[in-house]
Amino acid sequence: MFPEYDIVVVGAGHAGCEAAAAAANMGSKVLLATMNMNTIAQMSCNPAMGGVAKGQIIREIDALGGYSGIISDKSTIQFRMLNKSKGPAMWSPRTQNDRMRFAEEWRLALERTPKVDFWQEMITGLLIEKDRVVGVKTSLGIKIMSKAVILTNGTFLNGLIHIGEKQFGGGRSGEKAAKGITEELIALGFESGRMKTGTPPRVDGRSLDYSKMEEQPGDKEPGRFSYLDTPKLKEQRSCFITYTNNEVHSTLEQGFDRSPMFNGRIKGLGPRYCPSIEDKINRFAERDRHQIFVEPEGWDTVEIYVNGFSTSLPEDIQYAAMKRIPGFEKAKMFRPGYAIEYDYFPPTQLQLTLETKLIDNLYFAGQINGTTGYEEAACQGLMAGINAHHKTREIDPFVLKRSDAYIGVLIDDLINKGTDEPYRMFTSRAEFRILLRQDNADIRLTPLGHEIGLASTERLQRVEAKNHKVKELTHTLATRKIIPKEVNEVLGHLQTASLKEKAPIINLLKRPEINIQQLAEVDSVTQKHFETYSKEILDQTEIQIKYANYIDKEKQLAQKMESLDSFKIKKGFDYDELKALSSEAKEKLNQIKPQTIGQASRISGVSPADISILMVYLGK
Amino acid sequence: MNVNPTNAKEDTIVALSTAQGVGAIAVIRLSGPSAISITNKVFKGKDLEKEGSHTLHFGTIRDEGKVIDEVVVSLFVAPHSFTKEDVTEISCHGSPYIVQRLIQVFLKHGARLAKPGEFTQRAFLHGAFDLAQAEAVADLINADTEAAHQAALNQMRGGFSERIQALRQELIHFASMIELELDFGEEDVEFADRGDLKALIEQLLEAINGLVNSFDLGNVIKNGVPTVIAGKPNAGKSTLLNALLNEEKAIVSNIPGTTRDFIEDEVTIGGINFRFIDTAGLRETTDTIEAIGVKRTQEQMQKASLIIYMFDLAEDTIVEVNREINQLENLGIPFLKVANKMDVAQPELKAALEKMEGITYISAGNKENIEGLKEKILEAVNLGNFKTGDTVVTNLRHYDSLLRSRNALNDVLAGLGNNITGDFLAMDIRQALHHLGEITGEITTDDLLTNIFSKFCIGK
Repeated sequence: MFPEYDIVVVGAGHAGCEAAAAAANMGSKVLLATMNMNTIAQMSCNPAMGGVAKGQIIREIDALGGYSGIISDKSTIQFRMLNKSKGPAMWSPRTQNDRMRFAEEWRLALERTPKVDFWQEMITGLLIEKDRVVGVKTSLGIKIMSKAVILTNGTFLNGLIHIGEKQFGGGRSGEKAAKGITEELIALGFESGRMKTGTPPRVDGRSLDYSKMEEQPGDKEPGRFSYLDTPKLKEQRSCFITYTNNEVHSTLEQGFDRSPMFNGRIKGLGPRYCPSIEDKINRFAERDRHQIFVEPEGWDTVEIYVNGFSTSLPEDIQYAAMKRIPGFEKAKMFRPGYAIEYDYFPPTQLQLTLETKLIDNLYFAGQINGTTGYEEAACQGLMAGINAHHKTREIDPFVLKRSDAYIGVLIDDLINKGTDEPYRMFTSRAEFRILLRQDNADIRLTPLGHEIGLASTERLQRVEAKNHKVKELTHTLATRKIIPKEVNEVLGHLQTASLKEKAPIINLLKRPEINIQQLAEVDSVTQKHFETYSKEILDQTEIQIKYANYIDKEKQLAQKMESLDSFKIKKGFDYDELKALSSEAKEKLNQIKPQTIGQASRISGVSPADISILMVYLGK
Repeated sequence: MNVNPTNAKEDTIVALSTAQGVGAIAVIRLSGPSAISITNKVFKGKDLEKEGSHTLHFGTIRDEGKVIDEVVVSLFVAPHSFTKEDVTEISCHGSPYIVQRLIQVFLKHGARLAKPGEFTQRAFLHGAFDLAQAEAVADLINADTEAAHQAALNQMRGGFSERIQALRQELIHFASMIELELDFGEEDVEFADRGDLKALIEQLLEAINGLVNSFDLGNVIKNGVPTVIAGKPNAGKSTLLNALLNEEKAIVSNIPGTTRDFIEDEVTIGGINFRFIDTAGLRETTDTIEAIGVKRTQEQMQKASLIIYMFDLAEDTIVEVNREINQLENLGIPFLKVANKMDVAQPELKAALEKMEGITYISAGNKENIEGLKEKILEAVNLGNFKTGDTVVTNLRHYDSLLRSRNALNDVLAGLGNNITGDFLAMDIRQALHHLGEITGEITTDDLLTNIFSKFCIGK
């Protein structure tokens, strides 16, 4: 009934969808297997994409030729560029999305991808031959053959939902858990763990009193994720902000004895940066309020997501406490919040390609690797899809460096450090934050994406045109001289030092207090030049000129790291042979099996002295 | 754990390549792309960048115009060297003080201190060694690193490092605050107070400057306490030095002003090395050469850790002695009052001096009470908690990190002055933390996140 596939992708969430699309677009014949075709690309948590560090990841996915940016843009109901008051490395695009539209756009995009087939059924096992995966088994007992398999099971592996004292199996509210895969992987020698995450209640927007909340509208000039021309937003929906208070907290505390978090029923470790409301009031008792972010779920639906109120307390307590939040006095609840525990596989069992070290051609992506977040999942799916395609065609692995992309930071962290709690990306995890900006993801990655046959030629041409224009404008500013007596008056108005002698106008842009738009006020010739450039080009030129010192400093640091990363370690090297290594280093190195000296240096427990010894032994 | 990727072959490294300690000659080696240009910057002699490989060049090494030593520089142009990189080897005089000063100068001009075995490592990386040879070296490296680690621990026990550690913890807190406002600025969080940050950076800089200076002092002690013998011409300064040295070294004559430059020698008293500097006398003079000598004497006195002030019981008046003691008190450097020629003292001067405390009476010519003076010298130098046994290289390693921390912290201060945004501040703060971490322990970005999660309520 089934042909032999190049790649079977198990699971159709953010990771699975990106994996299927990338592999198919590169030429692989792909089967996307999901338990329910009506829930492809569900936003299981809040209806938003991007944000700080995550928005950069979406732009990186887009620059490489992935779909998440385009799908987000098509389903956006509000766009905000976060952190605008900070430096350009911190500017982070975020959208609120129509939850149903988002899933529909993904499904349609996949349906329009010629080499993607679909199959709705639970995958219960893997077909393995000589430490190599050759297909999957379904719950009906069907065997589907394929050259590679990508597992993106999300929270479904032995998923267990908790609401108060009740618990039941499930992968998401109203959907059943997936059985069989964990047990099989453990039998194959994999190590597994449990993690926990949670969601807040959803309510009827018509029952809320928004006059008691603070409105947060979208940007006046909304941007977008994709570097392609996705449609511009014409109207937007607002979010609202309100706060809990002591009354809310004391009501919640009445349910603490029935909390699965506190009575030990939940064993998995949850994320510290995405705590439940009971966790917040428990750990930060001195705070008398916590922020609640009221997010609309779409253009047409009345459903509202109560962000900041994630909880697994009994539903009666959830309801009673929520009604004490300003604006929620008459709230009608649609669905209660819940916590979910699920299996994950410590990601130190993977290679940098996301292929498992134990079983050839088997890839893991998304929450199965202990991450959290749509963006984190999507980018792993994309990288697993690319690398599974490459492996089956015997093409070299595609690995992004820490200085290339947040995607590179994420995978490098997972593989070398592992994670005990759900891993979320932060800009502070990136040592080259100034280089990994949302404004240059295309410059950084589209040439790479094009080279592997994923990013279109149109994308590459756009980047080349962007680079050319920035260079041209920079040259214009460097050669345009301004004269003190003609500009000093305007400079006075702009509250910046006057010129003493004739100078190129580019020098003014290096002053912290002067932005590129103000150059037009200073000099009419420059103003004329600006008319031929888009805002994107002006912004890019300004960033490259104004922050050149910092950018150069990070580039130098990145080069130092690269020289260690280019230093390869032979496959199958036995660290026990090196008597000089510390025993902890030996253990970790034998476990992680780093591919380069640079990677070895990032493993916890490996000291600089160990690295020196390795370099002496291995260097050639 | 993060490793600062300083193994990169782009760096130029420097280290003493002969054994530690006093020898006739020491050799300092630089290797890396800037080895020749860095050497050339401080070398006065031929233009090294124009000279060929395997050539020797005589000249002087200078720091800010002052000659440190006369040296011979051997040039090896890549790939014709031990490491296969550009290499210079500086043969200098074998005093630990000179070696230390020279290495400091190279660090100042952009070289980095080599790690144990790093020259060998580079040689290996560039294919100059085979695996069997390298195996032998690896064991060596391991031993070196443990020794370095132990030495660092000893140093950590000092009060100054504790202070650095405490301030570093505060800096981590600030770094977390800044990361917090960067990563969680959308949420209900407090922001880092820039005024407090500036005050903290200034405190840190002060502590680091203190450490940098204490390093200098520590080495001064290790390499000899500079002790100036000062006094009017013909007070018997050179005779005293000879008495201390027990050999005829200074040119002794009874013509005032014979010693026009200083003569140095080292004497070990009670296990401590003293570097005695005999100076030209202090007096108004019309002799140009001698006037230069007097000026240099004053400079030497400024730098001394101890001054032995000598006056002549046979010739001087109480008015002169009082005036000169006053002058010395104004210098603020510990000094000993030594009355010479006790065998031919003027009775009236002796009587006047009896009211004054702390005078040591000697006769340098007859070697009388020289032992008594030695005791006074030992007492006068308060060595505090100084420990012997720290190796010079370990100190330099810390010195290197301290200088780098200081640079990064100065960048933070400059950034605060320009009102730059948190992401750029964070970059310089991370560099500072990294280098402070090299002194006190390790730092990774995970530390910052852990600090954020434990102290602040974040997350929707």
